[in-house]
Amino acid sequence: MQSYLARRLMTLPLLLLGISIISFMLLNFAPGDAAEITLMRQNGGVAPSPQEVVELRQELGLNDPLPIRYGRWVSNAVRGDLGESYRSGDSIANELLRRLPATLLLAATALALAVAAGIPLGVLAAVNRGTWLDTSCRLLALVGAAVPSYVMAPVLMLFFAVKLGWLPAVGYGSPKNLLLPALALSFGTMAQLMRLTRASVLDVLGQDYIRTARAKGLSERSVVWGHGLKSALLPVVTVLGTSTGFLLGGAVIIESIFGWPGVGQFVIQGISQRDYPVVQGFVLYMAVAFLLINLAVDVSYRWLDPRLHFGGKFN
Amino acid sequence: MRRDPGSFLGFGIVAGVILVAALAPLLPLHDPTHLDLQNRLLSPSFEFPLGTDHLGRDELSRLIFGARTTLLMSAASLAIIMTLASTVGSLSGYYGGWLDTVLMMVVDLMLAFPSLILGVAVAGILGPSLINVMIAVSVVWWASHARVIRGMVLSARNKEYVEGARAIGASDGRIVVYHISRNIVGPLVVLVTLDMGWIILGIAGLSFLGLGAQPPTPEWGAMLNDSRSYMQTSPILLLAPGSAIFLLVLGFNLMGDGIRDILDPTTYR
Repeated sequence: MQSYLARRLMTLPLLLLGISIISFMLLNFAPGDAAEITLMRQNGGVAPSPQEVVELRQELGLNDPLPIRYGRWVSNAVRGDLGESYRSGDSIANELLRRLPATLLLAATALALAVAAGIPLGVLAAVNRGTWLDTSCRLLALVGAAVPSYVMAPVLMLFFAVKLGWLPAVGYGSPKNLLLPALALSFGTMAQLMRLTRASVLDVLGQDYIRTARAKGLSERSVVWGHGLKSALLPVVTVLGTSTGFLLGGAVIIESIFGWPGVGQFVIQGISQRDYPVVQGFVLYMAVAFLLINLAVDVSYRWLDPRLHFGGKFN
Repeated sequence: MRRDPGSFLGFGIVAGVILVAALAPLLPLHDPTHLDLQNRLLSPSFEFPLGTDHLGRDELSRLIFGARTTLLMSAASLAIIMTLASTVGSLSGYYGGWLDTVLMMVVDLMLAFPSLILGVAVAGILGPSLINVMIAVSVVWWASHARVIRGMVLSARNKEYVEGARAIGASDGRIVVYHISRNIVGPLVVLVTLDMGWIILGIAGLSFLGLGAQPPTPEWGAMLNDSRSYMQTSPILLLAPGSAIFLLVLGFNLMGDGIRDILDPTTYR
């Protein structure tokens, strides 16, 4: 456990370094010159003179070699400065931080919905293997894997907001606003968790210790929910990190559909306005968040699984 | 396959979509890019079976020509992904050592990004176009496959047939390309088929965000996005491309599951 944690923590700086290099390089592929775009904004859309551009390039250090520019960018980023938006001149880090709670709320609600529906359904399907319940759960899993959130979202909007008028189509602030986007976002993950739980429970129910539990006369309920579920859920926990990454990515699309004021909407606006530093800052933030979430999931998984506590190998 | 209605259905859907897409120019369809503002947002009729979109273009025709866009783009992305992944994976798995360490570090790094987020960023920075979406999807997806292929090559490397080939003097390149690849092609086919679904979803998703197909090119994700403003009056414009994406992805997923069961009967169902 300790050595594992140590190894993970040692690769963390390497990964952070790599993530920052890739995020930095992204801006280098972007068309346009930062100095020219900034001057254009300050002059109110009038093209700057070549002399002005040369001076600002010098001032911003854009003529320095790549490693020096990277070093400057990364030392600013570590101090929480991701530069200014080409469009508004505002601090990108501030805007991302202001919007991050909305995105996290959406992704966390979607994850909670997916877990709350997917895991019990998966267990029910496994316990009632071969019945109509199992068949419908498997159909649901197939549909969930093939219907992306950007199809689910407008369809939910069409029925629950436009036709039935039960829920608002767009907006932010009340739980009612949260429900449709979170449902649309969670559907695919819910189906995936259900499928995984079903397979994992079926696997565990075939193990010897379950036979022992049955043989000593425990009720079926106690065998499944008490003995079986605990170990069956371990593989499910491992994918939660990946699911979170998937949900954070999906949130970008969902936010732009529902007008949700999160970081996704910000970055889509940034893309359409060719505001590349916004895209760069967004990638950096999301990748770091994803890295930390995965680390947390991994560590908690090791902590949950007793077989891994004493340095034993888990096959 | 005959015993499994699911994979049969999947194969049927995929074959059907490919056939219709291939024959699209021969079918009696309206021009998918012909604007007719007099006839915008028409309801389904004999003339326009799925109605017309907000610019008066035939929705059915756009749907069918959109299948061509989706299939060609996905196949091309898949080709790029598999080329990259098998090159990196083979080098890494066959030679091992420091090359393996370095290449797998790059792979780990790529996998540290949430895929859609990196895809959006790459496509967004390169600028909206179908080619750039293909690049974005390839950049995002090659890494996980490189890792899988590395594992396969690694386990094949010490097999007797490789030793035999080496003994008769085959070069490293010949061993990998000729001997090892033949033995790992089965699992790769499963990977590729199951992948098509994800790639289609990725490409349509980026197009939905306006990063992919540009007007007037018919593409399902872009059509879905266009339809949002008219969902109240013309819900069919939303449901048609939505169902098309669903069906094709479902088809590839079912087919992939079926092929996996044939190639690996021990897989748990």
